[in-house]
Amino acid sequence: MMTLTNNLQIIPITYYLFFCAALFCIGVTGVLIKRNALTILMSIELMINSVNLLLAAFSAYRNDPAGQIFVFFIMVVAAAEVAIGLSIIVVIYRTTGSIDIDVLNKLKW
Amino acid sequence: MTLLIILILCFPLAGFLITGIGFKQIPARVGARIASGSIVISFILSICISALPLYAQTTRLVHLFPWISTAQLSIGFDFLIDPLTRVMLLIITGVGSLIHVYSIGYMKDDEGQNRFFSSMNLFVFFMLLLVLAANYAIMFIGWEGVGLCSYLLIGFWYKNQEFTNAAKKAFIMNRIGDLGFLLGMFLLFTTFGSLDFIKIFPVAKSIPSGSGTMIAITMLLLLGAVGKSAQIPLYTWLPDAMAGPTPVSALIHAATMVTAGVYMIARSSILYALAPQTMFVIVLIGIFTALFTAIIAVYQNDIKKILAYSTISQLGFMFIALGLGAFTGAMFHLTTHAFFKALLFLAAGSIIHALHGEQDIRKMGGMKKYLPRNWWVFLIGTISIAGIFPFAGFFSKDQILCATYEKSLTLWIFAIIGVALTTFYMFRLLFLVFSGSFRGDEKKLNGIRESSGVMMKPMIVLGFLSFAGGAINLPAFTGINAWLSSYLSPVFADSETLLQTSSHHADNMSELLLAGCSMTVVLIVIFITWSIYGKNRIVAQENYPEKNFLIRLAVNKFYVDEIYDFLIVSPLKKISDFLSYWVEIRFIDRIINGIGSLTIRSGNLLRYLQTGHVGFYLFMMVVGIIAILLFNIVLI
Repeated sequence: MMTLTNNLQIIPITYYLFFCAALFCIGVTGVLIKRNALTILMSIELMINSVNLLLAAFSAYRNDPAGQIFVFFIMVVAAAEVAIGLSIIVVIYRTTGSIDIDVLNKLKW
Repeated sequence: MTLLIILILCFPLAGFLITGIGFKQIPARVGARIASGSIVISFILSICISALPLYAQTTRLVHLFPWISTAQLSIGFDFLIDPLTRVMLLIITGVGSLIHVYSIGYMKDDEGQNRFFSSMNLFVFFMLLLVLAANYAIMFIGWEGVGLCSYLLIGFWYKNQEFTNAAKKAFIMNRIGDLGFLLGMFLLFTTFGSLDFIKIFPVAKSIPSGSGTMIAITMLLLLGAVGKSAQIPLYTWLPDAMAGPTPVSALIHAATMVTAGVYMIARSSILYALAPQTMFVIVLIGIFTALFTAIIAVYQNDIKKILAYSTISQLGFMFIALGLGAFTGAMFHLTTHAFFKALLFLAAGSIIHALHGEQDIRKMGGMKKYLPRNWWVFLIGTISIAGIFPFAGFFSKDQILCATYEKSLTLWIFAIIGVALTTFYMFRLLFLVFSGSFRGDEKKLNGIRESSGVMMKPMIVLGFLSFAGGAINLPAFTGINAWLSSYLSPVFADSETLLQTSSHHADNMSELLLAGCSMTVVLIVIFITWSIYGKNRIVAQENYPEKNFLIRLAVNKFYVDEIYDFLIVSPLKKISDFLSYWVEIRFIDRIINGIGSLTIRSGNLLRYLQTGHVGFYLFMMVVGIIAILLFNIVLI
């Protein structure tokens, strides 16, 4: 166990930080520029996973397993959330015949 | 003893509850009898408590249950039964039951009979609570309660706007006095740490006479007494209170409730004995009220109004006695006054009844012929109030006059003027109503007849009491022991030692001389009155048309109501108008409405943010998150 952590700690934490930030930004950009609901959902997943990765990295660097336990919990929650998100998209597709989010503009002032 | 006290209180309360709750179900005849019966039973029990050797001797404190108890304050629901309480119990239940019986006849045709009797019973209950109380807090319950019942009964015929206004006036005037009572109570508590009579009075004795606290306490309590007993400057409610049915005027506004102030001062006699300045103020208020209202009474033409002003004037005499430290004298006059004033009111009520609601004495006359029995009882009442030997009023008034003489000759002269005025307006009333010929509308004479037995009998009993009531406290020169003085002496012993009143009593000879003097004055005044109103049968003019400035003043009751209107009521109304228009409508309402319309307008603007484009929402969300991040960075 110690060796694994030690090996991980060889890579500096800043690398993880930059990598996760980049991943997160890609996710945000995907959410903002894509109009396909499915792609947006995937981008959100990307954001969640970037945060998860960061959590695991910090956990390893601080020698504290709690962070990694959290990652598992978050993954479970994310899976449930994706299930709901996908089912909503299925319903949207059935009613509108499309998964383009710009079609969903009925609910406004 | 405890059981007796509870029963005395419970019967009027039960009567109130039965007639009050079932006022629609219970037939009026039954309700009236239940109400009267409950007071009569209370009266019998009061006699038991005062006369039975088992109970009569002792001064007892009856503890029912702790009422309010906190760390500093503990008030028990306690009753104190001593001679003073017993005298008051007998007056309230005795006169009260007579008036209740009379009301059965008087209110026979009124549709609100059960309402009337339930209020009357409630009144008796509260009055009994007031006199039985062993501390100021319980006394205050009764004090407020009688005020409430007075309000209910003055405004009994609530469909008449004028009557309800009179009721409101009485209530508000009393409230001013009650505030004084309440503040006095607070001050008593902070000074003595208790409100119980038996705890306060022994401690008070050791306080130096004339200390600031005592003066403040007694002045505040005096304000309460002035309000309740209708003295200057808070007397104007009483004449208006005549709007109520006549038995109400007799019971509440003549015999019992208005004497609550006198009772309260007599009860707190030790406190007052320690504040000579307040005593002096009481004398001033008393003498001024006695004369002032007597002058007004001379120029009144409404039979009940005359009696109302007369009541205020007589209460003024009681206040004089209180202020001079003649507490027994005040209680004695209170007792006899309860008899003859109740009698006069009841007799006036049956005249009004016989004349189908006529109250103006200018439209009466010659009633001696139509209502002979009424004439006799009214005559007895008038003689008694005027103070002619050997009627009850003579002895009680004589005692007060004696007390004034012992103080100073000037005071005595003022008092004797008051007596003369009393005699004048009462005999004026008597002559205008009963002698001569009928001056009113002939139609009113239709079916005129004497009151029924149920109304007549209480008057006869009261007539007897007005005649013989003086026997309870005969002056020293008769050689008979004054019963009331010796009976009440344990109550007032301490305060009288403090005041040292007993040291310089007028001797028998001068007392006899004084009595003779006042008798002479009274007889001369009767003769004068007779020569004006009796012999020549002068009918008072409709309005005294600007004969004389002073007379015009007196006819218009010295414009006191108008002055109060001008000084207090109309500024108050103006302030209220100002507040309601400028502050309420123009300021507060605008703020409230402004907040409402601000929300609506901003909502109107901001709703365009709901574009319906999911992409826009997501964009705004990201912008928001970034903004929060930036904000955090700036803060850190």
